[in-house]
Amino acid sequence: MFWTVTRTLLEGFGTTVQIFALTLVFALPLGLVVAAGSMSKWAPFRGLGRADSPAWIKALASLRPISALVDLVVWVIRGTPLMLQLYVMFYVPGMVTGTNPWGSGAQGRITATLVAFVINYACYFSVIYRGGIQGVPQGQREAGEVLGMTRGQIFFKVTLLQMVKRVVPPMSNEIITLVKDTSLANTIGVVELIRAGETFRTNGGLIWPFFYTAVFYLAFVGLLTILFNLLEKKLSYFRV
Amino acid sequence: MAILQVEDIRKTFGKTPVLENISFDLDEGEALAIIGSSGSGKTTLLRCLNFLEKPDGGKITVRGETLFDAADPATQREREVRRKRLHFGMVFQSFHLFPQYTALDNVTLAGKLLAREREDYKARKKEIFAQIEDEGRALLARMGLSDRAGHYPHQLSGGQQQRVAIARALALHPDILCFDEPTSALDPELTGEVLKVIRALADQRTTMIIVTHEMAFARDVAERAIFMDGGVIVEQGPARELIEHPREERTRQFLSRYAQH
Repeated sequence: MFWTVTRTLLEGFGTTVQIFALTLVFALPLGLVVAAGSMSKWAPFRGLGRADSPAWIKALASLRPISALVDLVVWVIRGTPLMLQLYVMFYVPGMVTGTNPWGSGAQGRITATLVAFVINYACYFSVIYRGGIQGVPQGQREAGEVLGMTRGQIFFKVTLLQMVKRVVPPMSNEIITLVKDTSLANTIGVVELIRAGETFRTNGGLIWPFFYTAVFYLAFVGLLTILFNLLEKKLSYFRV
Repeated sequence: MAILQVEDIRKTFGKTPVLENISFDLDEGEALAIIGSSGSGKTTLLRCLNFLEKPDGGKITVRGETLFDAADPATQREREVRRKRLHFGMVFQSFHLFPQYTALDNVTLAGKLLAREREDYKARKKEIFAQIEDEGRALLARMGLSDRAGHYPHQLSGGQQQRVAIARALALHPDILCFDEPTSALDPELTGEVLKVIRALADQRTTMIIVTHEMAFARDVAERAIFMDGGVIVEQGPARELIEHPREERTRQFLSRYAQH
């Protein structure tokens, strides 16, 4: 029995790892784009504002539409449960279009999960990135400028590594949370680790496979913890 | 012929004027001290010279080349700023060393990046880098830091960090080296070692502008001094004369606070 359970759980774990890895692959760079949008200074109506303009014109002049829109999205995504976003992502497109855009079968459910997760995690990552970028003192950029460096050189040679060092601890937190959030895919029928364990409860009344799933999560998170510690150690030769 | 001519620089932040009618000349090999209380515009003036702030009016000329003229948009092209600011070196109050690089790499980084723009970069890269590193080591030696080349900033004292920052600014051979309160972040013990280095630079006839609160140092090291207050130059002249026998009442008031301790 133990081996049957192990084999089934391993299959579920494979799906869990797939959701985890693909979410990271897309959310890590997308988060950077979201962060850039949130920090966008583009203000198309800037020219309208005069010292004696009415308040609403001044407000319009200071409006940064990209930044405002991105912040609105981040608010909604961070302000609602991931489970709700998962339901919306999986069911609503089909209800609107009349066909299921995710395709049938297990892979369609996984794709819907990935889209919801990538959006959700990109928003969380963006806030961490923004903190990392804004946490690098202005003086670092200015020191690069007066030394004749280009903006690209300042970013890649001066600020990037300082930013990475700053974001590693909060990012490791989020990434470890992601490992366990994959279990939410269960709610739209993805057979990930928890759902794999549950089959033994519904079909045979076995409870211990649930505890066994915890071993998988713990081992995976343990491995990630070791990796993050190595990374932190690798970046410990300097201080920011 | 003055190496630097500053004519009628004006700058406002929002509605607040921070610099008005700033004009002075600087000769090659001369050290100029800028003194004045906090908020008098000294730092903003240095930042304007280094293109960290854009003046609202006025003209900056170095070796006869107009680097900035508020009346002439042709002098304000963004992509030329990078080349122009290399006329100036800047030493910041809080050092701003790059924490992820060793002392030597802090000194050589910008030089190595600039070398990429040389035509013979690909063919002679090794040679060029070796030369930049030799120069960097020599600069650190001049700062008394030969044995600290491989140290990271957090392993150095504040005084050592500031000396690395001075070497970093000198590495690109600026025409004019600017110091923005270089010892204000240091305790008195460490202040001495940094002032000693600046004094040595003055002895070697390095053209410098030094914003400082160290009056005795300004008097002894600088040839000329400017006293600023409320964004304007109240008085300028030979440093010793200005500090020991100020003509203006406002200058006297300011300096009397230093005489007391």
